[in-house]
Amino acid sequence: MTEKERGATFLEKLNNLDRRIIFVLVFCLVSLPMILKLPSQVTISPEVKKAYDYIEALPEHSIVMFSVDYDATSMPEIQPMALAMMRHAFSRNLKIILTGQIAIGMPLGTQAMEETAAVYGKKYGVDYINLGYRPGYQAVIVAMGREFRDLFANDYRGTPIDNYPMMKGVHNYGNLGCVVVLAHGGTVENWIQYAQSRFGVKLIIGTTAVGAPDYYSYLQAEQLVGLLGGMRGAAEYETLVKAPGLGLLAMAPQSWVHMAILGLILLGNVTFFLVKRKAKKVEQK
Amino acid sequence: MIISFLHTFGVWLAAFLTLAIMSFLYKDNVVYKLAEYLYVGVSAGFWLIYVLFFDVKPMIVDTWMNNTGIDRYMLIIPIVLGILMLTRMVPSISYLSRIAIAFTMGISAGLGVMGAIYGMILPQVKATMLPLNNIDNLLIIIGVICTIVYFYFSKEHKGIIGGTAKIGIVYVMIAFGAAFGYTVMARISLLIGRAYFLFHDWLGII
Repeated sequence: MTEKERGATFLEKLNNLDRRIIFVLVFCLVSLPMILKLPSQVTISPEVKKAYDYIEALPEHSIVMFSVDYDATSMPEIQPMALAMMRHAFSRNLKIILTGQIAIGMPLGTQAMEETAAVYGKKYGVDYINLGYRPGYQAVIVAMGREFRDLFANDYRGTPIDNYPMMKGVHNYGNLGCVVVLAHGGTVENWIQYAQSRFGVKLIIGTTAVGAPDYYSYLQAEQLVGLLGGMRGAAEYETLVKAPGLGLLAMAPQSWVHMAILGLILLGNVTFFLVKRKAKKVEQK
Repeated sequence: MIISFLHTFGVWLAAFLTLAIMSFLYKDNVVYKLAEYLYVGVSAGFWLIYVLFFDVKPMIVDTWMNNTGIDRYMLIIPIVLGILMLTRMVPSISYLSRIAIAFTMGISAGLGVMGAIYGMILPQVKATMLPLNNIDNLLIIIGVICTIVYFYFSKEHKGIIGGTAKIGIVYVMIAFGAAFGYTVMARISLLIGRAYFLFHDWLGII
């Protein structure tokens, strides 16, 4: 075998790289920066700053509704947002109403709320309440604009919501400071189309990176107060509330893997053209 | 003691299932299938229990028990519609489910039309009517017009329309690129989430 042939074989091997090698590479690039806790600089984007500033400016004891519209499939991206935003709300003595449009996501929202409430010594029914889940998407969003009790006469424990001090005089969106929608799918559009346009609700959206680009047009149209997109959005919010969590820890692995993906795209293209050129030369001979 | 044991057991079980799902990256195997079916089954079971206790019980059973007169008997309508929906499982009377489906379709269409007009079309059109006093506004207006022209198929894309459509496709490609970049970030985030769980909750090394 000549040197030329050996080179061609190497290029061809590189061009048809076993995907399992790429998987191992990506896993290593995710793991190492996390284990070594490598720092990563995060710059705050205007859409996240707007969300933070809005909650920061709400008067004390205002009510913020959190809608849990995600489940375990997007937990790594959205749960850090939920934790950071709930921390922010409780640290400012705001009250929280938790509800959700995705049944199997409710325990995640409940977990985040109980965890942050314990940190700030907040009491159930006084500082926060969990209304639970009701099916119906658009119908639920529209009905809550009229009266919460039409759908949620009782909280998720089965206790009438009128038994809780924080729900006295709270009837609909008009009594809320804003609604934070943590979603991984199309419910965001429902909130915009029915809660924001119909009832003028101030909306902050926290969504997956896949969904985020779709909502920038709503942000530009001022239908949203703020937007948190993916883990980066969570990392930015964690930076603003000075509570480092998974979002910030994930930024170094994200950067490393992104660089590797760029390198692999480049490598794939270069080897593809080199192999093609070599084949052409062989044909000409 | 029991809570601590259950927590530890839960973490080990979750770690096993995480590794089982990841084993698919090497090749399809029995352990992966087990984890996949378990996920589907548990999700369905969890959803069923949640709907029964957070929907059917409070909105049908409790409301029936706690109300009298018209408020109670109004519940008959959703109960009947719900039962009609279940007739899909009996082929001989499955046509009855169309009544319930028509009802939900009607509501969805009614809400959808109003939502789309007042929640999307009008605000988005308004947000595009911008003064041409800065480069951002100019780019937005050019982008909207050119992209709309690109999706206008009633006239052949030649001349001015062809040129405008070409600019439109550039905007569309940029949008695809941004979406793809975000998608990469999203998928890596999921891996980071699982890796964090393995290293933090399971192995305790971070």
